[in-house]
Amino acid sequence: MDIQSVRQDFPILKQQVNGHNLVYLDNAATSQKPSSVIQTMVDYYEKYNSNVHRGVHTLGTVATDRYEEAREKIRRFINAKSEKEIIYTTGTTQSLNLIAYGYGLARLGVGDEIIITPMEHHANLIPWQQVAQKTGAILRYFPMEADGTLDLEKVRVTVTDKTKIVSVTEVSNVLGTVNPVKEIAKIAHEHGAIMVVDGAQSTPHMTVDVQDLDADFFAFSGHKMLGPTGIGVLYGKQSLLEDMEPVETGGEMIDEVGFQSATWAELPWKLEAGTPHIAGAIGLGAAIDYLQNVGMDVIQHYEEQLTETAYNLLSKIDGVTLYGPGKRSGLVSFNIDGVHPHDVSTALDSEGIAVRAGHHCAQPLMSCLKCESTVRASFYFYNSLDEIEALARGIKETKEFFGHVV
Amino acid sequence: MLFNNLDQLYRSVIMDHYKKPRNRGTLDGDNCVTVNMNNPSCGDKIQISLQLKDNKVVDVKYLGSGCAISQSSASMMTEAIKGLDIEKVHQLTFDFSEMVQGHEHNDDLDLGDAEALHGVSQYPARIKCATLAWKAVEKALREADKESAQQ
Repeated sequence: MDIQSVRQDFPILKQQVNGHNLVYLDNAATSQKPSSVIQTMVDYYEKYNSNVHRGVHTLGTVATDRYEEAREKIRRFINAKSEKEIIYTTGTTQSLNLIAYGYGLARLGVGDEIIITPMEHHANLIPWQQVAQKTGAILRYFPMEADGTLDLEKVRVTVTDKTKIVSVTEVSNVLGTVNPVKEIAKIAHEHGAIMVVDGAQSTPHMTVDVQDLDADFFAFSGHKMLGPTGIGVLYGKQSLLEDMEPVETGGEMIDEVGFQSATWAELPWKLEAGTPHIAGAIGLGAAIDYLQNVGMDVIQHYEEQLTETAYNLLSKIDGVTLYGPGKRSGLVSFNIDGVHPHDVSTALDSEGIAVRAGHHCAQPLMSCLKCESTVRASFYFYNSLDEIEALARGIKETKEFFGHVV
Repeated sequence: MLFNNLDQLYRSVIMDHYKKPRNRGTLDGDNCVTVNMNNPSCGDKIQISLQLKDNKVVDVKYLGSGCAISQSSASMMTEAIKGLDIEKVHQLTFDFSEMVQGHEHNDDLDLGDAEALHGVSQYPARIKCATLAWKAVEKALREADKESAQQ
């Protein structure tokens, strides 16, 4: 991979922020978009903007073809069996809510168990809290080790025959922990539970094969993997999706409608009410083209180098605490002694370095780490080793600045 | 010299309040009201206690955790409003909010050390940090109003 040529494809990276070259290290929040994705969406709006699955006119047919082609690209990208298993959503949050409300609500009862981990993003936590409260089901947690990993033996003894749903993030958005979701799925299935995987932080960075994982549901967002915001995916095994009642009803999802009742369209459209984010879906298709052109293995390997360099440089700085395991996906969470993460973030921003500071939508995890917030630098394959070095320099200077003014 | 604009935000008086907070604690007892307020996007937390008598803030204390801006602002706020008429407190909180947003504001009112936070207006992402404690005061005054209406 030629990093300089990759960077040329991302117009936003060629700018200065606060008088410095932009160093964008907030990729776990959202990724930047290559020209090809932007142009694909412009083309849709300039050349064939139309609603899908409705008109029989020429533009409507082109739009529908492109929209469904993108679904097929997504199917191949995650190796689903059928395009019927690819439901467009607004993002991971909506995908997970659809599972909780469309699948969980009707099937859970008093005493049934849902098991998640302490490192879940609020999107894979609050829907389960809500569904547990409504059904009388019990929300339980796999124990987490001090380094932010899961111990499979402890996972094994936590799942019981009362467990109906296990829902785990494949990669932690705070710690970068890569969870053994394939093995956890096997354990869940031995007890007759279904396995939900939050793939928001894994899908952009590694090869995903939903059949190999044997995930029953898999959720991810377009905007973290070069695509636009407002488009995401719910993958579900066809038999489970067939059984699900739609949470939203209205246009485009019907078979036949009478005065008192209606029947539903086939999958995937049954679960996609209303006019979808057509430009978004087509843009996500272009994002997948770009990623596959570079190669997911190449991306993963390159990001491992970036992450290892960042981890090593930061762990050498006195007064910097790093969170999470040594082996991790592309991000580092840290704190500088005596300096609040927001103040760190403001200082780095004044050097053009964009990082995230806060609880990262994972407040229960923060209480496990015994801190209220962290600074997170998260990488993507268009980041350079120079940028990692700029981060380390910025952290040292931040430490000195606040050490000086105190 | 790096960060040469940053000391316009992190002035020494701000860092002094952050490291040596004034009026930390809680008040309970007669005529006291305590409220909590969070900044959910970033996790800053503030608790403000007011003791009110004859339409005056006779005492004020705060507890909280968060960044230098949110916590120093709380500390400075307690110094600025202690002993003031409630009417004056409303004017100050409005004035402070206008100042940190970079709007025209009334210079006649005495914000005390909190004046040092005017640099926040150059950092729009941090305005919410600066105003948290002041919004909490307004919330506490609304609570006190409700309680006295019920009695």
